[in-house]
Amino acid sequence: MNRLMERYLRRDALPTLFCPGCGNGIVQYAAIAAIDNLGIRPDTACVSGIGCSSWIPCYFNMDVMHTTHGRALAFAQGLKLAQPDKKVLVFTGDGDCLAIGGNHLLHACKRNIDITVILVNNHIYGMTGGQKSPATPESAVTKTSPWGAYDEPIQGAETAMSLGATYVARWTTAHPVQLQKSIEAGIKHKGFSLIEVISQCPTQSGKSVYGSKDPAFIMNYLKESSYVYKEGMDEPQGKIKCGVLIHDNDRSEYIERMEARMNQFRSAKPVKVKNSKEIENTRSVER
Amino acid sequence: MKISIDNSFCKGCEICLAVCPKNVYGISKKRNSYGSAMPEAIMESECIACRLCERLCPDAAINVEEERK
Amino acid sequence: MESQTVEPLPRGGRKVILQGNEACARAAVYAGCRFFAGYPITPSTEIIEYLSAEMINAGGTFIQMEDEIASACAIVGARWGGKKAMTATSGPGFTLMQETIGFAAVTETPVVIVNVQRGGPSTGQPTMSSQQDIYQVKYGSHGDYEIIALTPSSVQEMYDFTIRAFELSEKFRTPVILLADEVVGHMREKITIYDGERKIRGGHRNYVVSPQEDFYTGGNCLVEGQLHDEEGMRVGHLAEKSGEFIRSISGKILNHIDEIQDVESYFMENADIAILAYGSVSRPALNAVKLAKGIKLSADEKEGKLRFLKKILRRKSAGENPYSHLNVGLIKVNTVWPFPEKEIQRLAAKCRYVFVPEMNAGKYYKEIERCLWGSTVISLPKIGGEIHSPSELMESIAGEVRDNE
Repeated sequence: MNRLMERYLRRDALPTLFCPGCGNGIVQYAAIAAIDNLGIRPDTACVSGIGCSSWIPCYFNMDVMHTTHGRALAFAQGLKLAQPDKKVLVFTGDGDCLAIGGNHLLHACKRNIDITVILVNNHIYGMTGGQKSPATPESAVTKTSPWGAYDEPIQGAETAMSLGATYVARWTTAHPVQLQKSIEAGIKHKGFSLIEVISQCPTQSGKSVYGSKDPAFIMNYLKESSYVYKEGMDEPQGKIKCGVLIHDNDRSEYIERMEARMNQFRSAKPVKVKNSKEIENTRSVER
Repeated sequence: MKISIDNSFCKGCEICLAVCPKNVYGISKKRNSYGSAMPEAIMESECIACRLCERLCPDAAINVEEERK
Repeated sequence: MESQTVEPLPRGGRKVILQGNEACARAAVYAGCRFFAGYPITPSTEIIEYLSAEMINAGGTFIQMEDEIASACAIVGARWGGKKAMTATSGPGFTLMQETIGFAAVTETPVVIVNVQRGGPSTGQPTMSSQQDIYQVKYGSHGDYEIIALTPSSVQEMYDFTIRAFELSEKFRTPVILLADEVVGHMREKITIYDGERKIRGGHRNYVVSPQEDFYTGGNCLVEGQLHDEEGMRVGHLAEKSGEFIRSISGKILNHIDEIQDVESYFMENADIAILAYGSVSRPALNAVKLAKGIKLSADEKEGKLRFLKKILRRKSAGENPYSHLNVGLIKVNTVWPFPEKEIQRLAAKCRYVFVPEMNAGKYYKEIERCLWGSTVISLPKIGGEIHSPSELMESIAGEVRDNE
């Protein structure tokens, strides 16, 4: 078995439940390589929701929380606030994050809390058998869009950017080296980072979106139909926009703001808690 | 280079065959524990250790070791 | 992991007048809670407002999340980060939290959830009290699981039971719900509180299946919502192991009911009629028993008694107690779940009648009826949001006894 992955995977849990050729395994390698390269293994915990991509961290021999559908970000924020000096890495999918989890994405981005999210987008609900997801392209025939989808798909990376995320990147599974580098940059970035990975689901998306169940074919298609964004370039139409879309170091991070406000509050005159009344031989409420 | 593919993890997706820039891999007659045909490094000497196959194998079945001369 | 020793609450402390909700919040801080995530909802809002300041003062973390689901999830996440955590809500919010409560039960995460009940269903009666969630607190989430629920009836109990909730949740590694209601949440009474922090250690290795090391301590814990084994690996596809898991997480509570239960009795020694009450309804229930016994009431109860006596004077000669022929006692249930069946059977063994007043359409009385086959169990439901009065209770009781004999 691969020497790097051997050190990180739970041997007893293998082989993974992913289909042959699934992009999730490629995301696993990139994430592990990033954690290993940064040397942060004991200080990192992973949180995931429900879906095929949420199984990615369950094979890691690390602290992992495999939570409920759409709520990974809520659990992750609680964990981060309890141990603000540690790292939290969230694995989620297009359905988990952009459908049921949309509200938590909104607020986590708005807070700009220091969490790194890897959004594995396979354009479908794979685990449950191939139903339409918010990222399914228009006219794709899925188990819940038998006449073809008539919804414009949500762009995960752009959505996160517009909601206030300060490090956003998009790559495909055909860009494994860049993906690893972006994950490292996202973890190092002090603020909310979201790395969207366009990933192949040969079993379901292969049928509904790409027209072929051959994983190599889909990966080749992803590579051919993507371009790497550089500021000021003439962007081609109808192609997948890859690259680092935003890297903003100016916006303040949630925990930083919270602690600054608390320190300000502690040194000023303390707030008297409303409605509380103490009597008899007691100390005064005011500190 | 010494290339090993673990047959207990390989699922026979053949991504390694498609991505190798030096066409090192071919299909062998061996079967993995999934029951599908396993790839093997038929042109091992051509390997330049780019490690794309390691990164892109979804099951971490491939290990590329650089032999010191 | 060391087994937990429960020390009695310290002597002394100091006296303050507090609102029920505030007492609960203060008790949480005293019990070592250092993370609170919540969402405002009447009538629990005072808890989140108090803790938005005091949790910080105590060196903890506070966050108002975007909804109740996020609040419940955040407290589970924080507990795995090593911080004792609590949230507080009411009916509609409590309904939203059910999936997460099930997750906490399956992953064996100790958390405390306060439900200050209001009239339901749906938006219901935001400012009126009820006890309508008594079954939801046990059966709210899908699946087979057990929880512990405590029902305070006074501001002192809001304080004491919150501390107990943290102790029980850590001991059994389970979510514990403090099932309060608007009456006890908003009343103000003089109580005894303590300063400092109560040390609560957790974890009984013998009871718990799931991994339980806090994150970042080298435990490499897999916290898994699917039914799992000791490593956290899923066993949902294996029928026998799945059954074993459910029996484990339920058994850790059901097999230790005697360590969990808290049932008080008043005047039950020779009683042949019992009132069985929980939560705020046990206050008028106790006063009803005292009235029936002609016991002198305290100053604030006298006013009620005077009105009651005047009513009696109109019907009978002065000084006669119309209920003196009824030998009534009170069974006060402080831990409604797990159901303290044996204790209730023991206390009500000699009773011909057991009356169960509830501020709902009649729910918990079904549990009592099921386990007391020697007594006639009569439900005294009251819906609309107002609490039973002692005279109302005694009139109903006297009437029922008269009709049945």
